[in-house]
Amino acid sequence: MSLLLILLLPLVGTALPLLMRQTSRAAITWSALLPTLAALSLLLYSAPQTLAGQTPQFLFPWLSNLGLDIALRLDGLSLLFAGLILGIGVLIIAYAHYYLSSKDDVPRFYTSLLLFMAAMLGIAMADNLLFMWVFWELTSLSSFLLIGYWYHSSDARRGARMALAVTGGGGLALLAGILLLGHIVGSYQVDDVISAAAEIREHALYVPILLLVLLGAFTKSAQFPFQFWLPHAMAAPTPVSAYLHSATMVKAGIFLMARLHPVLAGSEWWFYIVTLTGLVTLLVGAYFAILKHDLKGLLAFSTISHLGLITMLLGIGSQVAVVTALFHIINHATFKASLFMIAGIIDHESGTRDMRKLNGLLSYMPITATVAMVAAASMAGIPPFNGFLSKEMFFDASVQQHLFGGLSWALPALATLGAMLSVAYSIRFIHDVFFNGEPKDLPKTPHDPPRMMLLPVFILVLLCIAIGLLPMTLVQGVLMQAVAAVTLRLPELDIALWHGFNMPLLMSAIALVGGAVIYLSRHHLFSFNRQFDAIDAKQLFEHAVQRSTDRASAFFERFDTGSLQRYLALIFVTVLLMLIPAVAEINFLGGSRPQLPIDMVSMVGAILLVVGAMGVAIFHRQRLTALLMLSVVGLMVSLAFAHFSAPDLAMTQLIVEVVSILLMILALFFMPQRTARASSGHRVARDVIIASGIGGLVASLNYAILTRPFESISDFFLANAKTGGGGTNVVNVILVDFRGFDTLGEITVLAIAAAGIHKLLNKLRPFMPSSDVDGRPWHRIRHPLMLTTVARMLLPMALIVGVYIFMRGHNLPGGGFIAGLITASAMILQYMASGVDWVKARFDLNYQSLMSVGVLIATLTGLGSWVFDKPFLTSWFTYLEWPLVGKFEFATALLFDLGVYLTVIGATMMILANFGKMTTRHRPTQEGN
Amino acid sequence: MEALYAITVGILTACSVFLILRGRSFPIVIGITMLSYAVNLFLFSTGRLVIGENPILGSGDSYTDPLPQALVLTAIVIGFAMTAYSIILAVRARGEIGTDEVNDLDTHNDTEGR
Repeated sequence: MSLLLILLLPLVGTALPLLMRQTSRAAITWSALLPTLAALSLLLYSAPQTLAGQTPQFLFPWLSNLGLDIALRLDGLSLLFAGLILGIGVLIIAYAHYYLSSKDDVPRFYTSLLLFMAAMLGIAMADNLLFMWVFWELTSLSSFLLIGYWYHSSDARRGARMALAVTGGGGLALLAGILLLGHIVGSYQVDDVISAAAEIREHALYVPILLLVLLGAFTKSAQFPFQFWLPHAMAAPTPVSAYLHSATMVKAGIFLMARLHPVLAGSEWWFYIVTLTGLVTLLVGAYFAILKHDLKGLLAFSTISHLGLITMLLGIGSQVAVVTALFHIINHATFKASLFMIAGIIDHESGTRDMRKLNGLLSYMPITATVAMVAAASMAGIPPFNGFLSKEMFFDASVQQHLFGGLSWALPALATLGAMLSVAYSIRFIHDVFFNGEPKDLPKTPHDPPRMMLLPVFILVLLCIAIGLLPMTLVQGVLMQAVAAVTLRLPELDIALWHGFNMPLLMSAIALVGGAVIYLSRHHLFSFNRQFDAIDAKQLFEHAVQRSTDRASAFFERFDTGSLQRYLALIFVTVLLMLIPAVAEINFLGGSRPQLPIDMVSMVGAILLVVGAMGVAIFHRQRLTALLMLSVVGLMVSLAFAHFSAPDLAMTQLIVEVVSILLMILALFFMPQRTARASSGHRVARDVIIASGIGGLVASLNYAILTRPFESISDFFLANAKTGGGGTNVVNVILVDFRGFDTLGEITVLAIAAAGIHKLLNKLRPFMPSSDVDGRPWHRIRHPLMLTTVARMLLPMALIVGVYIFMRGHNLPGGGFIAGLITASAMILQYMASGVDWVKARFDLNYQSLMSVGVLIATLTGLGSWVFDKPFLTSWFTYLEWPLVGKFEFATALLFDLGVYLTVIGATMMILANFGKMTTRHRPTQEGN
Repeated sequence: MEALYAITVGILTACSVFLILRGRSFPIVIGITMLSYAVNLFLFSTGRLVIGENPILGSGDSYTDPLPQALVLTAIVIGFAMTAYSIILAVRARGEIGTDEVNDLDTHNDTEGR
């Protein structure tokens, strides 16, 4: 449980700085600091278990059938990373408090930072690879926010975008790799995957998996050739660079390689790819680090170089190499985070990071200079600091491997070269900034920052010294367990400053001397490098992005022409193309089911329907004629339902038909009166062909279905309607009982549509003609006397019929839908006959409320069954003895149907009455009317 | 009878598709409405054509398949909601844009029937 809390504290803490926005800067900082400190203390509280060799785990089933569970673990590796994330996180939060200026949006900064911290913790502690991946992408997203924190600067925006594209894209590759792993193993749990390691390495998919996973890791950890995003991410505020780009995010790729080391390592593929990538990255990063004039640029490339070093060690994969890799992760985090902070301080106090201007700062900021020298010495690998230890061990590991056969000597040689470069840029960092003459026109006169801003740096630098002097005391415990998690056996650690005169010591000495020589001859190096055209990674990247978006838009513009006609034609043609082969495969269109004879009534009905449909198509420009034809079609459809044993459908269709035609006649008023010129013959011909094709296919399919015998699940409904649902109208029982959940969804959709229409009508200024098409004014008698009289007489009867149809619906044709439509049409008739004012004066119902109450009743009826410990929408019925009426059935389904009834009335009335009001003074003009 | 039914549904579909392919909003709305009729008839007929066997228990010896009927019943009501929504969208578009053309005149000059 405490594992979950460690993760949740920063996650929940993301809200705190935003909530504290109105308070002082100190309070905001504390609101970010407290969750982090709490999580850190919880971690320390759980640490003894891990250090004793156990692995605390936490499992909460989430989407288990997808293999995705909330699963956490705290083995040595997780502890090491979580400790770095939280420990350095605390220091960064404190440092940022002084770093950010008063103009910066501090709460947003801390919120993004905490989100990032939680995401990193999720990666480190996840016990399920899919779960880990979720956090992996979350780090990409939150680092996007952090790099782009100063979003007014175009560099920041571009850097953020590039980082997101590269790391997020790599994340997708990783997802594919993880899914393949899960496919082989059948589980995403880390333990399961590790125990299936042998099977995975034998599997044909091993190489694709390896490549995909490494793609994810290399992009995240800025390995060659994906290193280009990291220097551009330096547009971020320095605390972000110190945190993300030294200690945490870029180590996520390393973490991934370590986590999957037991599964994927041990093959030649792994060895060659990982080792060589690491080696190239190590050298490329170190070389470019020397050339940079920007302090942060130097540190960024140095980070790339050190990440390459760690990657290379993981590639070598021997016990001593893994120990060194993990040990160097700690050391690198300490000295690089402090160096970034120092760079930030220098920038903050002097106004520039350009090493050509920054000279001789020693006399201006002596304390900063001192700590900087310690940290840089650790980076250069000078004893007695921690960087020296891991560098010696790195040399040792490179000497001990014999993986390249006769060329194995190249590895230690190149490692020494890398170390030389590393020494050179470390010297440059110190000598150029703090010595080397006097500063040149700095924007500000530098001085040491406030003590508290230096405090995080002090702590880190003290760690560099302490780990250097007492490595075994400080890191042995966690390192042992971390290595055990990677190589699956406990190592024998012997880290010490002095191992006697040996090969690594000689290599260190060469590196120191060589580095100094390189630094002294740096101007030759600068002019040498000037011969090459500078390749700006950002421009290349932007061009690539621009090219691909251009191609995509060009591609889509061919389809997205803004012509609905064209879209629809394309869709229909696609339907044709996909359906034709499928229908052609049916050998015999006619099936074995005995067919009904054609009777006279059906014949006449079919002819009327066909004539009506074709009439609509032909006369569609004479709108009223078309509508009348449409009503013929609707009527015939309704009769067809009645003829083929579907009384409920017939009734529903009939009323819907009436209401739809009314609505369309209303709409005609607002539509253009002039009939438009006909489409060109060319287009009509094309459309006729498409339409006939679709019609022919539908007819064939329908015939094929109709003539084949079938099995239906409806026997269940027929058998249980009376006994289980308490009604004899099976259609209605299905609607309100068996499939009540569907119906609930459907009335909700209806309500949403009505609400949408309400919104569409709001503040609409419709086109309202004052005369008909020939210029004649509208008739002055708005409400004919005959209609008014008849409609008023009909109203009570229609309402009673509505209630009757509703009540009997469970047993005989009827029910909520039909009754609702009948009631609504009776009310609409009043609007038409007597006008809005007359109706409003008599029954001023709020249709929105009616509709909402309907949905609410239906939902509550469903929820009501929970009270009796039954699943949602379980129905219940009984028979009541009513005086006079006699035996009467009461079912909860009736209550549900009441909800349907009210919703249908409300929705229909909302649509029609609101629309009808458009021409009157009652038309909806305000929100919430 | 089955052939007659199928042909009728086919013609209804064809006419609806033709209407939907027009360039102005009103025929399209009519087309959508008619297409929903055709679809409803099609879905309904998956219970096959049966005469005189209403799915009302106690009204006869055997009953037709009630399930497609239940599905189609809600489909009719939802179809009405869709018709209503599209017609009012058309009215709103007319009010806002001032035309009932469905083709974007700015980017495309292939429109006809003006």
